[in-house]
Amino acid sequence: MGAVNLSDVVKRFGDFTAVHRMSLEIPEGSFLTLLGPSGCGKTTTLRMIAGLLDPSEGDIDINGRRVNDLPIHKRNLGLVFQNYALFPHKTVAENVAFGLRYRNVSRADIARRVQEALELVRLPHLASRYPAALSGGQQQRIALARAVVIEPDVLLLDEPLSALDANLREEMRVELKNIQKRIGVTSVFVTHDQSEALAMSDQVVVMSEGRIEQVGAPQEVYNTPASEFVARFLGAANILPAEARGIEGETMVLDVPGLPRLGIPRSRAPRLAGAGAARLVIRAEKLALTPVDAPADDRVSVPAMVEAVDYQGQSARYFLRIGEGENTHQVQAINMIDERPFAEGEAVSVRVRPRDCAALPLGTANGGGGSAA
Amino acid sequence: MSIEAREARQPWILLSPAIGAVTLLLLLPLVFIVVYSFWLRSAVGPDIVGFHFDNWQRALSDPFYRYILLNTLKIAAITTVLCAVLGYPAAYFVARSKGNKMLLLLMLMLPFWISYIIRTMSWINILGSSGALNTLLMTLGLTSEPLRMLYNEGAVILGLVHFLLPFMILNVFVSLDGIDTSLEDAANSLGATRWQAFLQVTLPLSLPGLAAGGLLCFVLAAGSYVTPLVLGGPRDAMFANLVYEAIITQLNWPLGSALSLLLLFVLGALVALYNRFLGMSQLTRGLG
Repeated sequence: MGAVNLSDVVKRFGDFTAVHRMSLEIPEGSFLTLLGPSGCGKTTTLRMIAGLLDPSEGDIDINGRRVNDLPIHKRNLGLVFQNYALFPHKTVAENVAFGLRYRNVSRADIARRVQEALELVRLPHLASRYPAALSGGQQQRIALARAVVIEPDVLLLDEPLSALDANLREEMRVELKNIQKRIGVTSVFVTHDQSEALAMSDQVVVMSEGRIEQVGAPQEVYNTPASEFVARFLGAANILPAEARGIEGETMVLDVPGLPRLGIPRSRAPRLAGAGAARLVIRAEKLALTPVDAPADDRVSVPAMVEAVDYQGQSARYFLRIGEGENTHQVQAINMIDERPFAEGEAVSVRVRPRDCAALPLGTANGGGGSAA
Repeated sequence: MSIEAREARQPWILLSPAIGAVTLLLLLPLVFIVVYSFWLRSAVGPDIVGFHFDNWQRALSDPFYRYILLNTLKIAAITTVLCAVLGYPAAYFVARSKGNKMLLLLMLMLPFWISYIIRTMSWINILGSSGALNTLLMTLGLTSEPLRMLYNEGAVILGLVHFLLPFMILNVFVSLDGIDTSLEDAANSLGATRWQAFLQVTLPLSLPGLAAGGLLCFVLAAGSYVTPLVLGGPRDAMFANLVYEAIITQLNWPLGSALSLLLLFVLGALVALYNRFLGMSQLTRGLG
């Protein structure tokens, strides 16, 4: 039993179903991310946990207690918004103290806890300022302090970093994760940014069109995506049509039309039971370009033609054509540049380690991660 | 001409029609009125040109004028409070409605398509002794003879509230509409009930709009002339009626000028006070 449990939760807006029969268990003290494109139902899910929306069906439990009919102000949650939502007419200290005033906390304790919360976010010197006088990053830290000072059962973060500029975002990402670890609060984080999700989470829930596509640790969803959607959403992936031939020991044997036979570790194709139509997934950064005359190594090598080069300074994205005859495929490769990038029209050989490939059964539009029904 | 010189002149060229209009239609007449207020009316023949304080002395010392001025301010204050009490919930409803806000605002503006005087006169048909309300009450047998609802202070205030309520609602609406709804969500999540969140967050943040609407209602009510004329009795004259009386009936332009300037100063002082504490920008925001 997790700190937060969703069982068969459905949310409809008129005829539109925003969340389809979703079940999810969020373990105590963990950092869980709801990841997906806009409109996938991640924010709707968060708002249902918060009590800002009522689920149409299903139950939501927090610490073993059904909260469906519990109004938001009785749920003891910390909520952090994308736009910070600081009260502009109150000072930083008053903002942070706001939640404590509804919790029978003595005046002296309020002052002490506000001070502690401001120290936690490393802004104790700003207590008497107004939010308008703070930078975006500072405002977001105050919003975090305001949410955690009440010692919430669950911390809910609705795209809290997306209004910040890129450098600050990465800095805040580390800081937010540190603070969460230090206070050990169960956290649900909503984002559409896959790198945020991978960097911060204990568990990532990838969502699409109101359904859970996959639930897993960051490495798990990245390395062994449960569906084409997950493979594409988490970074640049090449997805090639394949035919699974069967299992030989610890190896799954696959044929991709126009390419040599490939054997990948069984662990990289957990959803393939045996022979059948499949998809081969190779991350763009796992495909390495080498000159045609480079010595052979432990990697599989196929000849390729560079069709286009997208130069990015320290790295380059190559669009390559591989395969033979009628069975050619366009693939992308992202490589660090050594001396010079390969040129457009150049013949190269492209190499990949079999253990860097993954395979999916065909038709896994909603493969599910075990928790999706 | 250099480009910079041309660019420096451009705002003035664009503004010149407006400046011309304001000067010709507002500043110049005002100067005339100021000059007039120091002249004297003679019983026969043209006004006596000069620099006399007689009109001002009379305007400031006559207890009747002072009574009317205070009564005018009292009526304006009651009207403003009523507009605020009635207008705030309506503005809140429009600002928080999920439907078509523009349609609701348009409905709010609809009365402006009918002449203000006609709207005021229509109350005679409703409140008069053979008006709709009295006919209804007598048909139902609730009263045996018509109630006197017209030609008293209550009717004047009713007419003013009717006229000014949309101004209040629009100003409060603009203020409420600019408040991020996630602020209320945040307050709720921190443990405040909806009512507490309203008192702690929404109400204080909408006060500038309420103040702007209040100022507008007060100034317009205090300067009103048609409403007391149509709906008030002989004892319910407001200050603008005195000005009318002096200028049109008594043909005493100098005294009328002094009286109208007195009202202008009182209301101007109020606007200055508002500007000092809240700033004019809120008012223009509400009007825009």
